Amino acid sequence: MSDNAGANGATGTDAVKAGLARMLKGGVIMDVVDAEQAKIAEEAGACAVMALERIPSEIRRDGGVARMSDPEMIIGIQEAVSIPVMAKCRIGHHVEAQVLQTLEVDYIDESEVLTPADEASHVDKRRFTIPFVCGATNLGEALRRISEGAAMIRTKGEAGTGNVVEAVRHMKTITQGIRRVASATSDERFAIAKEMAAPLDLVEWVGEHGRLPVVNFSAGGIATPADAALMMYLGCEGVFVGSGIFMSEDPPARARAIVEATTHWDDPEVVARVSRGLREAMPGLEIAQIAAEGGLLQTRGW
Amino acid sequence: MRPRIGVLAVQGAVSEHEAALADVGARTTRVRLPGELDGLDGLVIPGGESTTFGLVAGRSGLLGALHERIAGGLPVFGTCAGLIMLASRIDGDGDQALIGGMDIVVRRNAFGRQLASFEADVDVPVLGDPPMRGIFIRAPWVEQVGPSVEVLAEHAGHIVAARDRTRIVCAFHPELTGDRRLHRLFVDGIRGATASADEDLKGGIRVGSQ
Repeated sequence: MSDNAGANGATGTDAVKAGLARMLKGGVIMDVVDAEQAKIAEEAGACAVMALERIPSEIRRDGGVARMSDPEMIIGIQEAVSIPVMAKCRIGHHVEAQVLQTLEVDYIDESEVLTPADEASHVDKRRFTIPFVCGATNLGEALRRISEGAAMIRTKGEAGTGNVVEAVRHMKTITQGIRRVASATSDERFAIAKEMAAPLDLVEWVGEHGRLPVVNFSAGGIATPADAALMMYLGCEGVFVGSGIFMSEDPPARARAIVEATTHWDDPEVVARVSRGLREAMPGLEIAQIAAEGGLLQTRGW
Repeated sequence: MRPRIGVLAVQGAVSEHEAALADVGARTTRVRLPGELDGLDGLVIPGGESTTFGLVAGRSGLLGALHERIAGGLPVFGTCAGLIMLASRIDGDGDQALIGGMDIVVRRNAFGRQLASFEADVDVPVLGDPPMRGIFIRAPWVEQVGPSVEVLAEHAGHIVAARDRTRIVCAFHPELTGDRRLHRLFVDGIRGATASADEDLKGGIRVGSQ
């Protein structure tokens, strides 16, 4: 376990790790590449920022290997804002995660947006004091990540596309999985755990409670206030917005509008009001074309 | 009496407080716009990001309405970010929008970033034994309290819970544990205040029995 006796009490406990995600609920976590963007995000009302060197649409465009960001850049962002700062490590890259913990980022995203470092295993996240968020496309994947120690889940969607269709698919797939487990009998849950390749105890927990044991956000393709409100309507507890803000024509206005739409997702009048006059959203990409070119990020992670 | 408690629902740990309030016999309603403050017996400001609360509530006019209602005596319970919002001043950080209402000065993220977040037993004398399990997440502490404010708990030499009549603040997250004693203290305080107001009314004027 990662529990340590800190100066004030036990650090890195499950309650402390999953608790921060609870404080982020109903909020928007924005990708930022420098201190200036981080300030824009904070002033728009973001509940946290994700520090990364290139936003997903740039990673998609540039190709090559995408790695953890330069610590210098992360520190610059930490100094610029008072809200939590998250950063990404590559899937399975234990040492990048250690570096991010040493930098005292508030959450580590073991992310498919970066190029995986390990094609079989994810990081053993139980060994860290800093909590992790991981992507998932279905319930089994979410529960595997939680068993490895993830304290927060985000549906993957398809990052850098400005196309919300995959985020919707993954959110619905997870909630359908939860409904299925919840309505299954105790003997059927053994078979479901096997089929989903998920630990039985977590499958049983989901069956008893009818939800994931940790907070679940949506990510990957959210580009408009209405997209963010749609994901909340589908049952996620908050959203990550990557390229959708800083690849649009008016980032501060769009960032504010997405924050408002996430808070007031079930009030169409508010969503309509904040959607007015935002100028152009980021250009969207067709998923089928990306898939044909082998460019899907959501298939990374095991 | 089942008091009607609003939970500020701009962002943060809203459903956890709703569950805790239901456990102590209160009805709850979410507050995101100024009109939703009507008819409340009390308000909870949950944990979350206090800068987000200030910005989003400020744009809709909710911040000003909250200030007015709380200054007018609406009972309020703030945890973590809620404690910050109710402070009269933040030490070392000038321009963040607050609601105010408690004569306290707070320090944000006083215990450090997430790496330093911790849980520990916190003795709250007014609640008796056992101590509460305090979950502190990027937690603030109270640096100074005014003469009307009673300190309810300290941890590691810092004030982490305080009360001013029917206003209660704490730096940790009782809504994340099953311990409902602070929520009960808050709701019982509202019941007590309402009961004595009813008594005052009966003593002073005749009340129609509608």
